[in-house]
Amino acid sequence: MIGGLFIYNHKGEVLISRVYRDDIGRNAVDAFRVNVIHARQQVRSPVTNIARTSFFHVKRSNIWLAAVTKQNVNAAMVFEFLYKMCDVMTAYFGKISEENIKNNFVLIYELLDEILDFGYPQNSETGALKTFITQQGIKSQTKEEQSQITSQVTGQIGWRREGIKYRRNELFLDVLESVNLLMSPQGQVLSAHVSGRVVMKSYLSGMPECKFGMNDKIVIDKQGKGGTADDAGKSGKQSIAIDDCTFHQCVRLSKFDSERSISFIPPDGEYELMRYRTTKDIILPFRVIPLVREVGRTKLEVKVVIKSNFKPSLLAQKIEVRIPTPLNTSGVQVICMKGKAKYKASENAIVWKIKRMAGMKESQISAEIELLPTNDKKKWARPPISMNFEVPFAPSGLKVRYLKVFEPKLNYSDHDVIKWVRYIGRSGIYETRC
Amino acid sequence: MTDSKYFTTNKKGEIFELKAELNNEKKEKRKEAVKKVIAAMTVGKDVSSLFPDVVNCMQTDNLELKKLVYLYLMNYAKSQPDMAIMAVNSFVKDCEDPNPLIRALAVRTMGCIRVDKITEYLCEPLRKCLKDEDPYVRKTAAVCVAKLHDINAQMVEDQGFLDSLRDLIADSNPMVVANAVAALSEISESHPNSNLLDLNPQNINKLLTALNECTEWGQIFILDCLSNYNPKDEREAQSICERVTPRLSHANSAVVLSAVKVLMKFLELLPKDSDYYGTLLKKLSPPLVTLLSGEPEVQYVALRNINLIVQKRPEILKQEIKVFFVKYNDPIYVKLEKLDIMIRLASQANIAQVLAELKEYATEVDVDFVRKAVRAIGRCAIKVEQSAERCVSTLLDLIQTKVNYVVQEAIVVIRDIFRKYPNKYESIIATLCENLDSLDEPDARAAMIWIVGEYAERIDNADELLESFLEGFHDESTQVQLTLLTAIVKLFLKKPSETQELVQQVLSLATQDSDNPDLRDRGYIYWRLLSTDPVTAKEVVLSEKPLISEETDLIEPTLLDELICHIGSLASVYHKPPNAFVEGSHGIHQHSADQFAIMKQYFSVLQVWLPATKAKGLEIAGTFSRRQGHMYMDMTFINKALQHMTDFAIQFNKNSFGVIPTTPLPIHTPLMPNQSIDISLPLSTIGPVMKMDPLNNLQVAVKNIIDVFYFSCLIPLNIFFVEDGKMERQVFLVTWKDIPNENELQYQIKECHLNADTVSGKLQNNNIFTIAKRNVEGQDMLYQSLKLTNGIWILAELRIQPGNPNYTVTNPFFSTDIVFAAHIARSE
Repeated sequence: MIGGLFIYNHKGEVLISRVYRDDIGRNAVDAFRVNVIHARQQVRSPVTNIARTSFFHVKRSNIWLAAVTKQNVNAAMVFEFLYKMCDVMTAYFGKISEENIKNNFVLIYELLDEILDFGYPQNSETGALKTFITQQGIKSQTKEEQSQITSQVTGQIGWRREGIKYRRNELFLDVLESVNLLMSPQGQVLSAHVSGRVVMKSYLSGMPECKFGMNDKIVIDKQGKGGTADDAGKSGKQSIAIDDCTFHQCVRLSKFDSERSISFIPPDGEYELMRYRTTKDIILPFRVIPLVREVGRTKLEVKVVIKSNFKPSLLAQKIEVRIPTPLNTSGVQVICMKGKAKYKASENAIVWKIKRMAGMKESQISAEIELLPTNDKKKWARPPISMNFEVPFAPSGLKVRYLKVFEPKLNYSDHDVIKWVRYIGRSGIYETRC
Repeated sequence: MTDSKYFTTNKKGEIFELKAELNNEKKEKRKEAVKKVIAAMTVGKDVSSLFPDVVNCMQTDNLELKKLVYLYLMNYAKSQPDMAIMAVNSFVKDCEDPNPLIRALAVRTMGCIRVDKITEYLCEPLRKCLKDEDPYVRKTAAVCVAKLHDINAQMVEDQGFLDSLRDLIADSNPMVVANAVAALSEISESHPNSNLLDLNPQNINKLLTALNECTEWGQIFILDCLSNYNPKDEREAQSICERVTPRLSHANSAVVLSAVKVLMKFLELLPKDSDYYGTLLKKLSPPLVTLLSGEPEVQYVALRNINLIVQKRPEILKQEIKVFFVKYNDPIYVKLEKLDIMIRLASQANIAQVLAELKEYATEVDVDFVRKAVRAIGRCAIKVEQSAERCVSTLLDLIQTKVNYVVQEAIVVIRDIFRKYPNKYESIIATLCENLDSLDEPDARAAMIWIVGEYAERIDNADELLESFLEGFHDESTQVQLTLLTAIVKLFLKKPSETQELVQQVLSLATQDSDNPDLRDRGYIYWRLLSTDPVTAKEVVLSEKPLISEETDLIEPTLLDELICHIGSLASVYHKPPNAFVEGSHGIHQHSADQFAIMKQYFSVLQVWLPATKAKGLEIAGTFSRRQGHMYMDMTFINKALQHMTDFAIQFNKNSFGVIPTTPLPIHTPLMPNQSIDISLPLSTIGPVMKMDPLNNLQVAVKNIIDVFYFSCLIPLNIFFVEDGKMERQVFLVTWKDIPNENELQYQIKECHLNADTVSGKLQNNNIFTIAKRNVEGQDMLYQSLKLTNGIWILAELRIQPGNPNYTVTNPFFSTDIVFAAHIARSE
């Protein structure tokens, strides 16, 4: 299991050091500094083995977190734990920075004592932790409160405490998708997928039982079988095939596996209910058509057309097209029909920004790039043209069908809950090779 | 909150000042001071001299301060063991605190203090905490047993903590169960032979129930433990799989990977033609792909594991090659791994896409990555014959770029292509020769020299080319020197008239001026060959070379099987067995739960059942064993023939106990010449029965691509002794009396120097149970029972006289005396 956990700043100074196992000594702290942080080169592997000691490391802004072990640990678990550790710290004191860590080092030690015991991760749900790791001491608690805390920390519903009350029961549901594309210069889709998340903010009283439904093809087809053939045909069109999905630990996985229904008792506040991935019938909101022509050795002509491909009534926002330029660029002239375009020498790219664009429209940019003659033998790698945007629909076609809330003990019903649903589609890695 | 100020005090006399502050009257001041001490400790300053002052601050009801002092104690107690004793009282008191959080804190911290005297005091509180009413305390205590075991294993055993821990597996709280499982798994690693975890169907059921309810981390502990279980039959395997599959949708990638591990292992036990087998395979693919949308570090772990999975079961991901295409922004370690998997999945169906990608990658920036991409193109050519031509032309394009390292890498792979498809692409040699001067790496130079030598007859100026390398002969690496020597000899054999001088030059360079023994030896051999018999020389040097195999750098099958048992762990990331990087790791075999590995511990002596001479080169050695309630036939297959062997199958003749194999012979890969494979064939006794002579004789037929072979072997009867062979005392008494005297047999076991207790312990390990023991006139009498798989009970009386090494066995049933004799001998 994890033998020790260290946090460093970018200079390699230790900010936090907690050793859990006897086989990890103080010299491990220095070994990591010398071999990884001070090596100052690109990280070639997130797991580094130095003198039979394995270091798992992740970096957040300029802070390094390293978990150290000499045993054959579950590697995926160690990384997941480091991520979780970051989440917990962020939930307690905001951004992970040197200053924040130094300011909260006592708290961090207290957290580390609680969520990692002898190197074994323990309950690390912030909701539960915040009930008893408060930096205030726990003298004042009554016996009932204490046992409530412990039963929550160890309980089956470790992510929610009892006795939550809201005057207004409210639910916010965001379907956030990021659409990824890799297209060949000829316009052929090399790979495309949507990775989506359903993020919820729930402000509900008591211990509500929720059921979430969407236009999942498997569910719709199953229901379709019961109804008339006509129904099945109609709904079949609107359903989507989900390649795979993963759920927050509150969702009953065995129920999903057997009935494909998503039921859960939600944590309080914001959390990610599910993640999913689709690859079929994706609506690609934009098409990028590049044209690059080398004119002699010192000039490049670039023309890029973007086409929006969705309902004309909808508006895409925050559109940004990034056209890479060679390292030996000396000057750039750009003309664009819409928005603003600028050559950014420091980023080696022309950045073209458009605030808004309706569906089924087209826009174009052309640029002339002057090059310095070089005798560098190596060709320019021609990085792909990338794009950023935001659209008010789900490119996967996912629709929320219902979200039902049942709380048998308290007197509010599903109808009393105010529910908000929103769809946002963003670009993930949306690239077209040129 | 500005705790960061504690990090900045850096002046001299700091320790002295801290000492004063720690003894300040005001509580707040003392707390401040302890914080400063911890900050100093963090950055590596030695503050151990403040020990007594810090410990003095322990008596407080401020929990924050208490935790800080504990933190200090954990760090320095070892260096100040005598002082640490001062803290014991406080710990013991805290273990009785009404607040469960404080009880848990105390027991948790105490376990981290590695001082013998403190450990002694830990036992009583720990015992109480293991039975605490609060689950939070129990789950902490469970881990504490593992801590204590790490400090003093003997004490944990003597105090009976292992039993308490085992009891916790049945705890009502899932988190307690999970921590108990984690602790037991860790402890059992250092006791490779004990069956600490006691995985039986009831316990497995408890774990599977807890799996649905505990935290994500707990699920990982439980899944990792489940993967060590060997289900007794395919039905059990399937039902476990069914309950594990929902975990594939968990948001935590470690839960997913551990579930994949369990499923990958149990897949082996399922019949390949069943519907469920197919469904399960299909279910494995989407979660693996999803892992690639995680953070880069987890992606890396996932990719290293997928690399193993596609080698073991390529069918799972064969449709998914696109997800392994490299993204421009992927970290380099992700890129390199994806590339590896792309090659493994490359096939005729997708080769066009793969090649287009690889060509793209070959123009990237990172040198390692580009080289690997070029190498990958070569591997594609070798793997997918139809694509060879396109690969070669792609490589030629890349050579035209004149980027030095690209050219060198391309030449190395082209040599391999020539070896795979001889006499097919020689037309490109001219292009290769143009780049002779730019080659500065030994690999590339050697490859080029090999090509020139191999095709010397078609290269007009081959002698000039090789001569140019000869100039700096002594500065070359050994690899280049050896290749050059061979190439020139080849050239001479092909064009003897023009190259006499050259060959003499190289031979003298190699034999007279070199101090490398390999080089000298090779030089002398060529020299003698050439001078005695040029015709033979030709036959030897220019003989046809074996084609290189399609798949290179595959992990060796036995290692692959072991690594599959370690999916998700560090071993799977390094692609090395744990003992290669874990210090003093014992009981790896047990830990890996690798069926083959366990076997080696139980019976290291294999009998040769089928000698190679009788089976056209196939040798089978084996033994039988019983592990966790299942019977196995453990065999080693060795290929001593010159050809490879495939299509293995096994069949048993009808036999006395109805023994049949429950799975087909688990040999899926061809067995290469001089290779061996260890397998463990699970057996059951539900087959047809026929009395054999001797009773335990088993006739076996093994088939492979060459022929069918027959052999017979004797099954040691003890593997038929079932675990529930302990007869009720009363029943035993009645049965014993009912048996007529004429059915009784007596037998003597000679030279057995054991006392009654040891004997009964050893017998129990083999499922022979002692029902009663009495002492008559100085003799120990042991009454024992055992049950065979076919439900027959066997009773025995064992008489031991102290000082007499010969035992007398009275056996009221038929001739099982032989069994006993054989048995005691074995259990020694």
